[in-house]
Parts: sequence; C-alpha cells; structure tokens
Amino acid sequence: MSPVLEIRDLSVDYGNLRAVHNVSLTLNAGEVLGLAGESGSGKSTLAYAATRLLQVPGKVPSGEVLFKGQDLLSLTDKQLQVLRWNEIAIVFQGAMNALNPVISVGAQIDDVLRTHRPRMKRPERTARGRELLSLVGIPVDRLGSYPHQLSGGMRQRVMIAMALALEPEIVIMDEPTTALDVVVQRQILGQMMRLRETLGFSVVFITHDISLLVEFSDRIAIMYGGRVVEEAPADEIYRAAKHPYSQGLLGSFPALRGPRRELKGIPGSPPDLRSMPSGCPFHPRCPSAMDVCAERMPSLESVEERRRVACWLEGVHV
Amino acid sequence: MTFLLRRALFYLVTLWAAITANFLLPRFLPGDPVQAMITKLGGRLNSDAMASLYILFGLDDDKSIWEQYVDYWGSLLQGDLGLSFTFFPTPVADVLSQSMPWTLGLVGVTTVIAFLLGTLLGVYAGWKRGSWMDNLIPITTFLSSIPYFWLGLIAISLFSVTWPLLPASGGYAPGLVPEFSGEFIGSMLEHAVLPGITIIVSSVAGWILGMRNMMVTVTAEDYVLVARAKGLTQKRIMFAYAARNAVLPSISGFALSLGFIVGGALLVEMVFSYPGLGYVLFQGIGAKDYPLMQGVFLVITLAVLVANLLADIGYLLLDPRTRREG
Repeated sequence: MSPVLEIRDLSVDYGNLRAVHNVSLTLNAGEVLGLAGESGSGKSTLAYAATRLLQVPGKVPSGEVLFKGQDLLSLTDKQLQVLRWNEIAIVFQGAMNALNPVISVGAQIDDVLRTHRPRMKRPERTARGRELLSLVGIPVDRLGSYPHQLSGGMRQRVMIAMALALEPEIVIMDEPTTALDVVVQRQILGQMMRLRETLGFSVVFITHDISLLVEFSDRIAIMYGGRVVEEAPADEIYRAAKHPYSQGLLGSFPALRGPRRELKGIPGSPPDLRSMPSGCPFHPRCPSAMDVCAERMPSLESVEERRRVACWLEGVHV
Repeated sequence: MTFLLRRALFYLVTLWAAITANFLLPRFLPGDPVQAMITKLGGRLNSDAMASLYILFGLDDDKSIWEQYVDYWGSLLQGDLGLSFTFFPTPVADVLSQSMPWTLGLVGVTTVIAFLLGTLLGVYAGWKRGSWMDNLIPITTFLSSIPYFWLGLIAISLFSVTWPLLPASGGYAPGLVPEFSGEFIGSMLEHAVLPGITIIVSSVAGWILGMRNMMVTVTAEDYVLVARAKGLTQKRIMFAYAARNAVLPSISGFALSLGFIVGGALLVEMVFSYPGLGYVLFQGIGAKDYPLMQGVFLVITLAVLVANLLADIGYLLLDPRTRREG
C-alpha cells in the first residue's frame, strides 16, 4: 500500500501551550484511518493543522505534511486553494453549523464547482449537484432547500455529497455523526464506506466513539494529551489493546459484536493543556502506573509489525 | 405570503393608532390654535373673524369629539391637513411637500452613504481583525460621540468662516429660483456638502462598529471554516459567507434609520438652516403651529412604518429562516 498522506513530526501550539506533540501518522491509499481520543486530546487540532485550517492563535512550529510528495505546510496560499477540496475534502459536523444557514444547499455545492471547475456551465453544475444528492440518497428536489429545512441526518448527507463533489483523494471526517442518533449514524457511515469502495478515496475518521472506529476503520491511532499513544490495525486494538488508555477507552463503550462485557470508563478527567502531568500524561489516571511513568514520557515504538505503542509496560523502551 | 399579510394588518392597526393619537394629543393641550393665532396677530381680530377661524380649524363648539374625529379622517383621506399658522395661509400639505424633497435628498442620501460606507469598512475591519483597521474604530467612535450640533457648528466655523470654502446655511444660494438648471443644481450640491459630510462623519461609526463585531462573530462560525476548507477565494468567503450573514442585524438597523430620516434631520437642518422638514418642524414648534406639527408627526409615523415594512421584506429576502413554510 502506498501512502497518500504522511504527517511527520507535527507539533501544534496555541500561544505557548503545546496541543499536539511530534505526531507522525501515515494514511495509505484506499485506507480508513481512525483517530480516537477524548475531547481535548488533539485529534481535531491535528487534522486542522495538517490541512492548514487552524484558527488563530494556533500555529505549527515544526513538522511536515506530505501529500503526493509535496509539503502542504509550505505551499503558497494559491497552490493550497487549488488543492483544497480537489484532493482533500472534509466532512464536518453537518448537524451543527457547518452549512451556511442562509444559502440553499444546492448553492453551497455549486460554490465548490464554480470555484474549482470554472469551465463547467450552469446546467452541468446543476446536473452534478443532483447526481451528488442522489448518490447520498437525498431526493434531488432538495437542491433548493435551506439547511434548516433538512433533518440532522440529511444535513450530514449533504455534507458528504459536498465533500465528494470533486472526487477527492482524501476525505477527512471530523466527528461526522456525533450529533446523530445511533441508527442514523450507522446508516450514514455504512453508506460512506460503500461510496469509498466505488470511488476509491482514503478516509481519516476522527471520533471519540471508539466502537464506531473498530467497526468502520482499518487502522486506529489513539491520541492522549496531544500524542499518539497507540497505533494498530482496528481488529488488533479491539482484540488486545496494549496501552492502558486504549484499554480504558474500549472499556467505556459497549461492544457491538462479541460477548457482553462490563462498562468501566476511565477514572479522572483528561489533562489540561496548561498543567500537563510530568512524564507520561496518562499516569495520574493509569491503573498500572509505575515510578518511571511520572518521570519520563515513553516514546512511540514499534512493538509488533504494524503496531506502535508508547508505554513503559512494553519492554522495548530503554 | 400569509406572513406578509399579517404584517400588513399589523401596520394598518399601528397606523390607525398613531393617527388617532395624533388627533387626540393637541386637543388635550391647554389653549387652542385660535387663541394662539389671536396672540400672534396681536388682537387685531374682530369676533366674526374669530368665529370663522374656529370653523376653519374645525373647532366650532357644537361638534362632538366623535364628529371632529370623523371629519379629521375625512379631510386626512383627501390629503387636507389643515392650514399652517407659521406660513399662514399655506396648507400644511403644501409646506410638507415643499420641504420633504430637501430632507429626503440630504438626509436620505447621506444615511444610505453612511450605511454603505460604514458597513463596507466594518466588513474589512472584522475580516482583518487586529490589523491597522482596528485603529480606525476609536477615531470614528470619537467623532460620532461629539453632539451633532457641536460638530456642525465646528464645521461651519472652520469651512465657512475661517476658510470660506462652503456656504454655512440654506439649501441654495439666495436669489436663485428652484428650477432644473445647472446653476441651481450646482448651488444645491454646494450647500449640501457641509451638512452631508457632518451627517456621515457622525453616523458612520455605528455602522462600522456593528458590522465589525458581527463579522468577528460570524468568522468564527463553522460554515466559514467549511468555506475555507472548500478552497473558495478569500473574497468569496468574506462576502458570500461572512458578510452575507453578518449584515442581517445591520439591515434592520438600516431600515429603522431610514424611518428616522425625517425626524432625525431636526438638528442638522437647524444648524444649517436647511429648508427641510426638520427645520419646518423647528419653526412650527416655536410658533405653536399645531396643524404643522401634526402633519410632520404624521409623515414621521408613516416613514417609520414604511421603513419597518421594508425591514421585514428585506429580512424575508435575505434570511430564509424567517420565511414560513407554506
């Protein structure tokens, strides 16, 4: 599998607080990479930094984001603007305020085509808009509807239709179904994955709901306190998570398949950026913390093939 | 559509209430216009003339207030607003129709200019938050906090007295007759510059500040982030996504300010002795000219109602969320 997006040693600062620490991740062609973690773990910040959508005062002091060999962080604004949506589209939380409330959904899809395909004529663009809506299962006469006239699920589908308008290489889904009920969540994600098979794009799927990730992604990276603490194929994480935090996260959601287990949750609360614990940021909440955990941060090391963990419990650290 | 009909009904009721209040208020005031007229003419009226004046003003004693009210409506619908005392015997309707174009021309045009200019500056100031544009705001706010008559007087003392560049008062040079000629229009424009600029200077800050703050709020919305992610041009994001949504509150403010053009012109026209409605009202108040004041109030009421209706329609067009599902 060849990589389409490589994040290398990326750090993100908000003022003088570091929100993401030296994260390296690779998205392979045709793959669904899951990014999990509690709120404040840096997963969305990482995605926005990689696509240069960070809001002030967010800054990227170091790192590279390679898309087909070119570093997104060093592109000019013009080059970036051309690449955006053409190659990397983002599905935001459509149920929230991601659609402009005073413009019809058709016009918001049309906007993309008008900017990136200046040679397309109006009837062609309208036809494409209809095609996109029917692709995600929305009646085509909804093109003229405004966001407030659609249900949360339909708005999310419109977001997906919009993301696919230019047939991008990569689709980043940031908590795409968080505000929706479980049944609609699964319908939409299932549909998204079927579209992925036919259209062949790669997906970065960001959510706090690890049970969704286990079901829908190929590989999962788990973030805590701005660092990736474990990265492994989805089924291996589900079967035998190595990092105590991953185990805790899995234990706090009901499993969809397999035997029933008791829900545990993780004691304590996510760390505050302003007062990160010393050493491994998870050690105050960790059931198997040792002395060394409070002193030094373990690095992310390969423990098996295709599997990396940052924990002193794994013997590879020196 | 039913929404508009319901609004229209609401405005009709409001209009009726305003006109009725306009009818009742002077009748609750002590004294009556004939007494004022007698005082004005220094008692040189005999009793026949006084009696005919009472009839002329519709104040003959044998009519009940109800009959007066019906008569009032009757003449109102014919456009008869009575006779002005100040400009006796010119009908109030004529006084109003002569002064109205001046007010609309001066205050109307400058209100629109101030709104457009202020909103545009506000869009840029909000979009480029933290740039040099932010320094503009304290300055314009300072200018708008100066009482208008003081600003006007300073402008006159600087630009008509110290440096006699522009005329200090009036709507056109004395000696000219209002007509459609180059000379008259030139003189009219020359006389409008000073009051016009002072109006813009004193009112632009409100638009800048309101628009800038809404821009800052809207720029933080998710759909602006989405627009950036979509790779739209900066200009398109700024206008179609941020400014388009941020302007909504300003639109209603603008419509309301259109309604207050007529009333708000009072100070400007006093300072510059501009021959508009405000100046007429000022003269009317000085002379206890009730028919004239009633006429001006009627015009103000109508203007405010029409402006409100415009605001409603503007909102319907610009914000689909206010449209009811039919």
